[in-house]
Amino acid sequence: MMNYAVQADGLTVARGPRTVLRHLRFTVPRGQITGLLGPSGCGKSTLMRSIVGTQAKVTGTLNVLGHPAGHPTLRSRIGYVTQAPSVYDDLTVRQNLEYFAAILAPGRPAADRRHEADRVLADVDLTSHADALAGNLSGGQRGRVSLAVALLGTPELLVLDEPTVGLDPVLRRDLWTLFHDIAATRGATLLVSSHVMDEAERCHRLLLMREGEILADDTPDALRTRTGTDTVEAAFLRLVDEAAAAHRTQQTTRAQETTR
Amino acid sequence: MSTTTPAAPTSALSTSRTAATAARVLRQLRHDPRTIALMILIPCLMLILLRYVFDASPRTFDNIGASLLGIFPLITMFLVTSIATLRERTSGTLERLLAMPLGKADLIAGYALAFGALAIVQSALATGLAVWLLGLDVTGSPWLLLLVALLDALLGTALGLFVSAFAASEFQAVQFMPAVIFPQLLLCGLFTPRSDMHPVLTAVSDVLPMSYAVDGMNQVLHHTDMTATFVRDVLIVAGCAVLVLALGAATLRRRTA
Repeated sequence: MMNYAVQADGLTVARGPRTVLRHLRFTVPRGQITGLLGPSGCGKSTLMRSIVGTQAKVTGTLNVLGHPAGHPTLRSRIGYVTQAPSVYDDLTVRQNLEYFAAILAPGRPAADRRHEADRVLADVDLTSHADALAGNLSGGQRGRVSLAVALLGTPELLVLDEPTVGLDPVLRRDLWTLFHDIAATRGATLLVSSHVMDEAERCHRLLLMREGEILADDTPDALRTRTGTDTVEAAFLRLVDEAAAAHRTQQTTRAQETTR
Repeated sequence: MSTTTPAAPTSALSTSRTAATAARVLRQLRHDPRTIALMILIPCLMLILLRYVFDASPRTFDNIGASLLGIFPLITMFLVTSIATLRERTSGTLERLLAMPLGKADLIAGYALAFGALAIVQSALATGLAVWLLGLDVTGSPWLLLLVALLDALLGTALGLFVSAFAASEFQAVQFMPAVIFPQLLLCGLFTPRSDMHPVLTAVSDVLPMSYAVDGMNQVLHHTDMTATFVRDVLIVAGCAVLVLALGAATLRRRTA
């Protein structure tokens, strides 16, 4: 049980009249990078918000680091990056980091907070922009400031919603190296969402999602072998087709039963 | 899934988190010197304008000027707070903060402290200018004027915070100004004594906090000592500010759809 950072069973989320997530059952192992992949609008962000504890109307079981999701003690143990960079545009990068550091661990000397800010700035390669206003940075740079905020403290679980969107290939590679480094040296668990399938190959495990359901929960290798494909993208498409076919047969049998 | 249970680390008001939040809000403002200049200079300019509009009747300037000293901080703080919190909501920083170990009270107290400090500067300048340079004739102590002005600023901060929960955009937030502030402005006794209004309106004005803010200012204007009415007015304005701040805290939800 404690080997899992996240454990869900019968997880259902409604947004307004719509059911966005339907009876999800999955686990996220500790100390690994789990990729959450699927097309835009399939419920990735809602699932991440449920894990972080900011999503309303969550039913079913959802345990995070041994507590029900949203438990107050989890708030300093999870680092969360939303899809849109959530930083103060009218503060410098350093001021942003020092403020959030003060919220995470209050009452520490200013020198400690400064040191902490330096560390995460180096992590996301923004040391040279420390004194720039966040609002004057490019979209990709602001995204990295937002990521740096999530790296403050020593989060045991990092929930990253599309952290590499809009970044150039070099930066993307560097960030994935950083993610692997965080998992390997700090023993942290990472849940990273993406709708770019080639990023899937960099994850230890994958959760493939489509229309509020989980199509597969496996390693990239096992997925390719199981579906007899060469890439995760092909595997995903195969699974989507299979699910659609199964859905159709289900509907026709149901239709036949009602006409009978 | 079990519902969240409030636990020790975040439920209590944390002084250092509150102080950090107040410092952060002030730092944000410091990067926007034009806003600070507008907030501080406009009340002064309006008072100068008013002084010469009523050049021939200094008594009228006394009455309206004293009332305005209470109304300016309320309006400015209302506008600044409603926009600032709306930005916090739409930029995602509020969601991030509430996913962190920050108490809702920390956030609200942080905003109230930061804007309260700004209100002190604004009110001190406006009161000083009115009393010493423009010849506003107050019978009581100018410090009491300042006290009422500060409480009005807190009330404005509280109202702005509360109202921002119901605004989905900056356009809506700005429209709440005429919706929430104008009726109070018309009914607070600034234009005509409240007792001269239609009885229904007098009754309505009895439950609007700005009526007591203006009444408090007038008490200082006409009496040397703190009257019982003044104490009542101050307590009502302060009570309203606390009540609306609590309502504002209730609109901050850790879990949103």
